[in-house]
Amino acid sequence: MSGIISQNVGRTSGLVKAVAAGGGVWTLIKTLTASADSDLSFVDGTDDVVLDSTYPIYVFKFINIHPESVYVFTFQGSTDTGSSYGVEATTTFFKSQQTEAGASAGVSYDTSMDQEQSTAFIYSGRPLAADNDASISGTLTIFNPSSTTFVKHYMYSNQIMGTYCQNAFGAGYFNTTSAIDAFQFKMQTDNIDAGKIKLYGIGDS
Amino acid sequence: MSGIIAQNSGRHGGLIKASSGGGGVWNLIQTLTSDGSDASLSFTSGIDSTYDEYVFVFNNIHPETNDTQLTFQVNADGESGFNETITSNFFDAYHNESDANEALRYIASFDQAEGTGYQNLGVLGDDAGNDLCGDGYLHLFSPSSTTFVKHFISRFQSGENLYAKDQHCGGYINTTAAITEIDFKMSADEIQGGSISMYGIT
Repeated sequence: MSGIISQNVGRTSGLVKAVAAGGGVWTLIKTLTASADSDLSFVDGTDDVVLDSTYPIYVFKFINIHPESVYVFTFQGSTDTGSSYGVEATTTFFKSQQTEAGASAGVSYDTSMDQEQSTAFIYSGRPLAADNDASISGTLTIFNPSSTTFVKHYMYSNQIMGTYCQNAFGAGYFNTTSAIDAFQFKMQTDNIDAGKIKLYGIGDS
Repeated sequence: MSGIIAQNSGRHGGLIKASSGGGGVWNLIQTLTSDGSDASLSFTSGIDSTYDEYVFVFNNIHPETNDTQLTFQVNADGESGFNETITSNFFDAYHNESDANEALRYIASFDQAEGTGYQNLGVLGDDAGNDLCGDGYLHLFSPSSTTFVKHFISRFQSGENLYAKDQHCGGYINTTAAITEIDFKMSADEIQGGSISMYGIT
């Protein structure tokens, strides 16, 4: 390492030295903040959103998504830049959970949360509580959404305050060889009252 | 974004704007891309004490043969061959496209108990449409330690025979020697597409 500015990990502003291998950092693309929104959508080419072949991997971070009502937080993709959302998907789902009273503890597959070749919005976990301090936080990773050769794999891990304290694990694939260029997030019913969704791109070159 | 220098992901030198998130940077060390007929993909440099955690990201790994597993093994400093001792656990959640079958299960045939074989990360499919692949990641913690065993955690999502499979593996390489090399290959036949990127986590 040389020069007057070192790698400077931890700096949040100013200039730092580029890493020797080039990119690969998590690049924050867009943050959407909810305020009684029926949905939050990330569309390639709109409002500075990049969701194309620029990155092989995209990561959405959910930060304290708070619902208007007791429903499931959901997501879907689009192959027509957000004109419609409903790409055929097959998903697995399992969860570890217990109640605040210490009941119903365990880990298990949940058939009510998965889907098979369905175009419905994908469940991110069991319903959220609507208490003022309740929310969902977690991560959704999408691999190579711009591929026109392969199906599009995704995986998520979310922590939910609902009827249960639930750690939800879902994964699957959008069964299409068309590029996915938009994602939409919404509650099963009613609004997202608060919270943030952050979109990152992860480079490999 | 403002100012004269943008975020500039992908720059190999010079100055870039600091990440708004500060530290915790993923530093790309190397990407290996399959040429379409690889017996294995090996990282033989870049694994050292620079980082406490290394992450290998699998992007659209495509196998030559249906129902084969992506696997890995490591080589310790001063030794030869990918044959270190591993104890591991393995489970998956699976779901059929026709909703005919789904479950969470432990797969004893994919784990190891002080074995020196290649560790399974997940099974892959290769259907007639040639649109199947596998994606995921493997975390390797503190490979340069000469005090502790080396823990790893993986998650691998694939499509195989009309199933979505969310596959999880964890374990440790039971050696106090530093790990300096890692090798990925299919349980049989070739890797015929995709890439593996190695990142160091600051």
